[in-house]
Amino acid sequence: MKREFPLMITAAVGLFMILSFFVPHQLVSVPADFLQQSAIVVVAFGYVLGGANALKLNAETVYKRNPGWIYKLILVVALVSTVEIGVAEGPGFLDDGKRSRWIYDQLYSPMAATMFSMLAFYIASAAFRAFRIRTVEAGLLAIAALIVMLGRVPIGDLATSWLPTSLQLPTLQEWIMEVPQNAAKRAILIGAALGVMATGLRVILGIERSYLSGED
Amino acid sequence: MLRFFENLDRRWLFLLMGLLVLLPLLFPLALPLTVSPRVRNFHDAIAKIPDGSTVLMPCDYDPGGIPEMVPMTRTALKQLFDKNCKVVVICLWNGGPGLVDRVVRSVADENHKVDGVDWVNLGFKEGREAVMVVMGQGIANAFPRDYKGRDTRSLPIMKRVRDYSSFPLLVSISSGYPGTKEWVQQVQSRFHLPMVAGVTAVSAPEYYPYLQSGQLLGLLGGMAGAAEYEKIRDEKGTATRGMDAQSMAHVFVAICILLGNWVQWRKRKGGTA
Repeated sequence: MKREFPLMITAAVGLFMILSFFVPHQLVSVPADFLQQSAIVVVAFGYVLGGANALKLNAETVYKRNPGWIYKLILVVALVSTVEIGVAEGPGFLDDGKRSRWIYDQLYSPMAATMFSMLAFYIASAAFRAFRIRTVEAGLLAIAALIVMLGRVPIGDLATSWLPTSLQLPTLQEWIMEVPQNAAKRAILIGAALGVMATGLRVILGIERSYLSGED
Repeated sequence: MLRFFENLDRRWLFLLMGLLVLLPLLFPLALPLTVSPRVRNFHDAIAKIPDGSTVLMPCDYDPGGIPEMVPMTRTALKQLFDKNCKVVVICLWNGGPGLVDRVVRSVADENHKVDGVDWVNLGFKEGREAVMVVMGQGIANAFPRDYKGRDTRSLPIMKRVRDYSSFPLLVSISSGYPGTKEWVQQVQSRFHLPMVAGVTAVSAPEYYPYLQSGQLLGLLGGMAGAAEYEKIRDEKGTATRGMDAQSMAHVFVAICILLGNWVQWRKRKGGTA
């Protein structure tokens, strides 16, 4: 019963939510709305769980002086102090002049932007060292990549403006994006959607049980 | 020559990339931009909604997306405010609300728009797709308080907003999950709300099927899309300025691919040029 009861709840709620999609009657829609709002509340608890977990794992590493413990210490200090300052400042903690706002503007924002900006440098390095054309497929990929990369920026337009329109880089990249890329992407999307539906059905029917205790 | 490239310290590549990005920002080349149909459609979809309408604008990004997302947010807001549209902004990314609020507030101030009357930032709500679905029952159900903690229902702008049927258009600016794809799947297809989107360049190919099916009326892809949008609007924003730098960076990466493969090819041939 310990296992069957959760499976029954999952099946009942799953079928009910599918029903709510097709039946707009109050008897169905009101409880369905309640369940959806409850889902938001449950998800919000994930932050508490995630924060506690990050704190526990990193505090352990610091305590045991494992390799890289100094970075974990910085993480723990940043986590605790950010939460503490936010709680102390209460509602409006992101208003101008507040310390939380300062942390967001002066620490979090530049660091997040820096992480993303560094991609440009690593892409250049990877392009030089790792993008190896050893097969026909890799060659096709490289040609498509070069056309799309150059065709999407003004310099590609400028460099091939003397050619007939059908041979200009922007036209070629547009064709690559609209035809082969779009066809492949659509196939992936349809495949993924079918996979999601199949997984949903497996969960509702109790075939997929890994969410209960890691058991397949 | 071959040995030089074989042993090239990658820090030289970093330095070159840095210079190629920095110099065009300091000394703009003003390369000509061509407006693509996707961007033109994005602009036209907003232009076609009745003046004074209320528009939903989810800004799902965080500081990592500033160079691409902020210019398109600013230009879209300016176009909406020029049409005297009211804008309801939300954010489903936990790292984004502070940034989004700053961007929206600055554009609103420039256009003399009043917070709570002409626009409102409802802030962040965890729950991803669930929030989108709950908003279908009522926007204030999902966001009972706005970013500043005010009662959403008491705000003048919200008097005319009930659920998705209150909006003629959804303008999604997003740099990943949850974002445009989820808005299409959960809102556009379910509530039949017309939609346009601004996304990062790297994720833009994902949305072409939705564009071709008509579920997205227009699409801004990355900084290039934002720059083309600025061109239509006759503005010279940060995206336009950034396109020269992006052009140089793309050319450099292309050269790196070709050069790296030339070095490998010569090595395989046993050359020592």
